Amino acid sequence: MENFSCPFIAYGDNALDYLAQIKGKKAFIVTDKNIVKLGLLKPVTDKLNATNIKWEIFDEVEAEPSLDTIKKGGIAVGKYQPDWVIGIGGGSCMDAAKAIILLLARPELEPEALSVLEDFNFRDKGKKLMAIPTTSGTGSEASWAIVLSDTKDNRKLGLGTPEVMPDVAILDPVMVMGMPPQVTADTGMDVICQAIEAYISSWGTSITAGPALIATRLALQYLPRAYKDGKDVDARKEMMNAAMMGGLSGCNSMFGLAHGTGHALGGIFHMPHGRTVGLFLPYTLEYIINGSEEALVKIAEIARYCGLNAGSDKECAKALIARIRTLAKEIKQPLSVKECGIDKAQWEKEMEGLVNRALNEVMTMTAPRVPGTEDLEKLFRYAYDGKSIDF
Amino acid sequence: MAKFFTQEWCDLYKEAINNSAAYEEAAKTWEGDFYFITEPGGPIKEKGYMYVDLWHGKCRGCEVVTDPDKYKPAFTLAAPYAIWKQISTKKLDSTKALITKQSKLTGDMAKVMRYTKAANELTNCTMTIQTEWLD
Repeated sequence: MENFSCPFIAYGDNALDYLAQIKGKKAFIVTDKNIVKLGLLKPVTDKLNATNIKWEIFDEVEAEPSLDTIKKGGIAVGKYQPDWVIGIGGGSCMDAAKAIILLLARPELEPEALSVLEDFNFRDKGKKLMAIPTTSGTGSEASWAIVLSDTKDNRKLGLGTPEVMPDVAILDPVMVMGMPPQVTADTGMDVICQAIEAYISSWGTSITAGPALIATRLALQYLPRAYKDGKDVDARKEMMNAAMMGGLSGCNSMFGLAHGTGHALGGIFHMPHGRTVGLFLPYTLEYIINGSEEALVKIAEIARYCGLNAGSDKECAKALIARIRTLAKEIKQPLSVKECGIDKAQWEKEMEGLVNRALNEVMTMTAPRVPGTEDLEKLFRYAYDGKSIDF
Repeated sequence: MAKFFTQEWCDLYKEAINNSAAYEEAAKTWEGDFYFITEPGGPIKEKGYMYVDLWHGKCRGCEVVTDPDKYKPAFTLAAPYAIWKQISTKKLDSTKALITKQSKLTGDMAKVMRYTKAANELTNCTMTIQTEWLD
């Protein structure tokens, strides 16, 4: 049995108008202080006011939300007892909203337990989840995954359950127009990474492949435009669509080795998610095409679909990898770990932790070529120096 | 060739785990025992229990159990026969089976999620056993 989860998606100009159609009495908004400061809640709360839906804000979400923050959110939502939980922000806020609605249904659970092992049935209790992204990156609005930080162990926890796929995702370009270039670049690399990894994932199917393929092409085309001119509405819209499709495809097929290695880097050195996974993507694709014929064919398919028709499968795949590196350079993303400002001695000191974390990510296991300890160590060292993978 | 879910199969599984350097490396800090439970359905008429004791990269014991109260393992993993067969032959990933609720795990999920590689290697071990399936 395979299945495909998907929210109702309102998108494009004036997509926030969909809020006038929702039914309910109280909404609990999960966000961060920066979103509040930027005034991005106002278009949402204005619409909620117009439909007589009361609201309360929980704005304590930090980047890579910690288990403690989720616990606090769980207590606050329990007191408020809303019928809607609305995550507004980047992946962290939307993931936090997912965790918080699960705690609303099962307040006795610890945040670490918010997984497929439990039944939550929050919809049976009249609760619904909405996600409104203010970045174009994780696609969390169309995904049931929840990434939290275990700050005691410097580890990212991949949690979630298909039950927590948002009921509604609203993609309104007005919410992303003010995104600064650095955030546009970091999150945009995540889109490319998710889409490509979803397409080649060993869990992928023809149903998950479609959105992944389109998301890759859109992101390669529109990310440079959105980065150069944040007011380019078409570019912003298409990047929102691409992010959503990347998330949708990825949560139904799982991501891959760039996420496994990127999470290890991010967990230890605390860097933005998109930057870390985007950094590893060219290296992990090189590793994969060196050892998996099947994946090589798929990567070549992506390349051709994106207009990179360079000849043989291998040449096409290499052209795609080269395009990713060129794009990363164009939008000022680091091409190696060294360029992230990480000291070599520190990198080597953390090697065992990096390898252990990457080895035990589900996303490493769903890559079409699964590395062992030795290959991962080499891959981390090559990525540090910016050396193409030749093994 | 050993019939699935028999003591003979358990002995071969234990041997396969203990011969796997990859499993030993991935599970060197793992401590926890399991009941692998086969739900009735298809050729399985009654619920079956297989006890597997995994400790620091080795399998200390693997046996078919008729009385489920014999052990109190830290984890249980239950699935119908058809799903076990798909997992054991790598037609279905064990994590995907959990996500799609085709199998059901009880125990400390957070702990299990930190040993994904080891779980994968355990499946690789089943692949080395010449299994006579029941259907």
